[in-house]
Amino acid sequence: MAHTHAPNADHYYVPHSSPWPIYGSVTLFTVMAGAISTLNGWLPVWSLLPGFVMLAGLFIFWFGTVIEESEAGRYNMAVDRSFRMGMMWFIFSEVMFFAAFFGALFYARSLVMPWLSGEGTKMLTNVLLWGNYHGTWPTNGPAALGPRADGTYETVPALGLPALNTAILLTSGITITIAHHALLRGYRRRLAIFLAATFLLGFTFVVLQATEYHEAYTRLGLQLGTGIYGSTFFMLTGFHGLHVTVGAIMLVVIWVRVMKGHFTPERHFAFEAVAWYWHFVDVVWLGLFIFVYWL
Amino acid sequence: MAHAIDTAHDAHDAQPAAGIKRWLFATNHKDIGTMYLVFSLIMFFVGGSMAMVIRAELFEPGLQFVDPGFFNEMTTMHALVMIFGAVMPAFVGLANWMIPLQVGAPDMALPRMNNFSFWLLPFAFTLLLSTLFVPGGAPAGGWTMYPPLVLQFGDSFPMLIFAVHLMGVSSIMGAINVIVTILNMRAPGMTLLKMPLFVWTWLITAYLLIAVMPVLAGAVTMLLTDHFFHTSFFNAAGGGDPLMFEHIFWFFGHPEVYIMILPAFGIISEIIPTFSRKPLFGATSMIYATASIAFLSFIVWGHHMFVDGMPLSAEMFFMLSTMLIAVPTGVKVFNWTATMWRGSLSFEPPMLFALGFLFMFTIGGFSGVMLAMVPADFQYNQTYFVVAHFHYVLVPGAVFAIMGAVYYWIPKWTGHMYNMTLAKTHFWLSTIFVNVLFFPQHFLGLAGMPRRIPDYAVQFTDWNMVSSIGGFGFGLSQILFAIAIIQCVRGGRKASAMVWNDAAPTGLEWTIPSPAPYHSFTTAPEVH
Repeated sequence: MAHTHAPNADHYYVPHSSPWPIYGSVTLFTVMAGAISTLNGWLPVWSLLPGFVMLAGLFIFWFGTVIEESEAGRYNMAVDRSFRMGMMWFIFSEVMFFAAFFGALFYARSLVMPWLSGEGTKMLTNVLLWGNYHGTWPTNGPAALGPRADGTYETVPALGLPALNTAILLTSGITITIAHHALLRGYRRRLAIFLAATFLLGFTFVVLQATEYHEAYTRLGLQLGTGIYGSTFFMLTGFHGLHVTVGAIMLVVIWVRVMKGHFTPERHFAFEAVAWYWHFVDVVWLGLFIFVYWL
Repeated sequence: MAHAIDTAHDAHDAQPAAGIKRWLFATNHKDIGTMYLVFSLIMFFVGGSMAMVIRAELFEPGLQFVDPGFFNEMTTMHALVMIFGAVMPAFVGLANWMIPLQVGAPDMALPRMNNFSFWLLPFAFTLLLSTLFVPGGAPAGGWTMYPPLVLQFGDSFPMLIFAVHLMGVSSIMGAINVIVTILNMRAPGMTLLKMPLFVWTWLITAYLLIAVMPVLAGAVTMLLTDHFFHTSFFNAAGGGDPLMFEHIFWFFGHPEVYIMILPAFGIISEIIPTFSRKPLFGATSMIYATASIAFLSFIVWGHHMFVDGMPLSAEMFFMLSTMLIAVPTGVKVFNWTATMWRGSLSFEPPMLFALGFLFMFTIGGFSGVMLAMVPADFQYNQTYFVVAHFHYVLVPGAVFAIMGAVYYWIPKWTGHMYNMTLAKTHFWLSTIFVNVLFFPQHFLGLAGMPRRIPDYAVQFTDWNMVSSIGGFGFGLSQILFAIAIIQCVRGGRKASAMVWNDAAPTGLEWTIPSPAPYHSFTTAPEVH
């Protein structure tokens, strides 16, 4: 609907109708129907494709609409505040999602290991069921699950690629802060350069992570099926890597908007939202580096 | 700062869009609230018919109507549908309708996301209910989805997981919207402590939702990868532990229990003062009590798994922390009672439901304290005593509060009064039958009848028959509820702005006409 609205600081913008929410619901349903069909073997893996194509469309169209409205000056400070609060609570929900997997990691390390090894009242279980298994972390369990016939596997040493990746992500945290300060002072060129540096560092991280996965799968015998260590390792780093990828794509979008002249020193919610998200991804990585790779 | 909506100067935008577009493309909090409430009512009847199947099968010992597998599908689906399809969406619908009206906001803070959260639900439940027709049947291991049993389901397994994911996404978005609306959209002068109790309880509920729905998402994702991608989260052979699922699940599950009751507390705190013609006794202590319950809800999950294997010290901790919850809950019950003390009471349908809530929720609360005791729970666990307990807090608790809220606010929504006699009949039939239905289940449980079993020993027959008769009666009585609502939507005596004139209810929602105009508080009211 083409209306020309004068920007009005007193008016909280409420769109009068929008097709994207219902389109979004159909999209998520299609993605999940595709995933279910694939997992149940009803359809080949291409059944995932329509959902993901629609998903890309969802982001392009819905965010496109919001960007247009934002550039048309429809959003007053109250709307801006709603967006900020919304983003913060969204990040909090993400923190809790990762907390579930970190919780599983800590539970497995500090409770399951000693119990399977016969601590306390679990002695008979240990002797009768698990053949005197003595667990130390990392472990692939009493049955030594994994791809190798002898049940062995190796872990990724913390001081190799993971240390480099830590340095990369921490650096990207600095570059995005420099970009933010440049935006606040109106230095557009510096903004563009450091933003680009940030997403390039992000993609580098993803590539290195993929290399590490390849190494783990082909040479270390470390796979999703390598017992509880493989499970927690790949699920935690995998979801993190997915978040880095999404964050880096978001940074690219912000960069394109910067090149188009969007954002002012006073109004740049989208930039800040992505920056918060990036810092969140950074902090999660520090947890991973310490508890998954290092300790 | 004055709120007003951007579209207010376009005359045609003041009216809803024509036809189906109004609902598919909705951004208006009243339209979306209506959709949530209608959806919830439909799910209430769907879940209710499953309960009727259960009660029919349990009318007599032996197997009469369904095979045991289908019976288990019914218990599992009844729970999932009622929790995620009926109770939670009903509260979100009430939040959508009432929070903007109660805080003086033009709409919810994020109107498009609002519609997204709603429309995910019909798709999620399409997915969930269609599991009844796939090879292997619907999930049948209980709504708690414990592994390893849940990992043995057929084609329904990934459908269940993804349906839960969709519900979770919907709940998280809905909760973010509620929090942002409350924190950012209040009318000038409405300080936090001046907010109505329904708004306060929803603020805290929304916080709980955002904190625990992602944990549920994580838990079911681990189930999915254990089933399809060889992970070992819940497999002891690989160093995991099936018990770990219970810990993660109930870390979600216990706050979830309060997600279903805190908004009910808010509703009761609105209704009782109105029909007592007195302000709520101890309003501030009500807020602190709600916040304490929310905090405690995070550290009591172990009481769901006392018999499943836990160190004694953990059992003691969970027992004591659980019993602590009785303190803030007691504060609430006493405050409601004190509000009525020397009040000028009248017994319109909302007040009847609130009083029913007060008595029967308290029964459920007491049996909860009994279950919290570890040694006693060893006896009660997995019996009908547990079923009686949580149905007392959920049916004459949460569901009665929802019905009370509908009877309290529906004249504001439709502009019509409903048939009072019909509504009172609905209340009395529901109250009688709900006790006939669930009270005998205490006796059955104490006598040792296990839950989730389609057959039972003959000595349990009498009370099961009584319970089933109560069940059918309660189910049929709800048809009166649907009739009362439909009549009220279609017509009836005109409601005034204040609706309950001689009770003179307080709150911003009573300052606007009935029915509430399509766009309300386009300019923010001043609150003093």
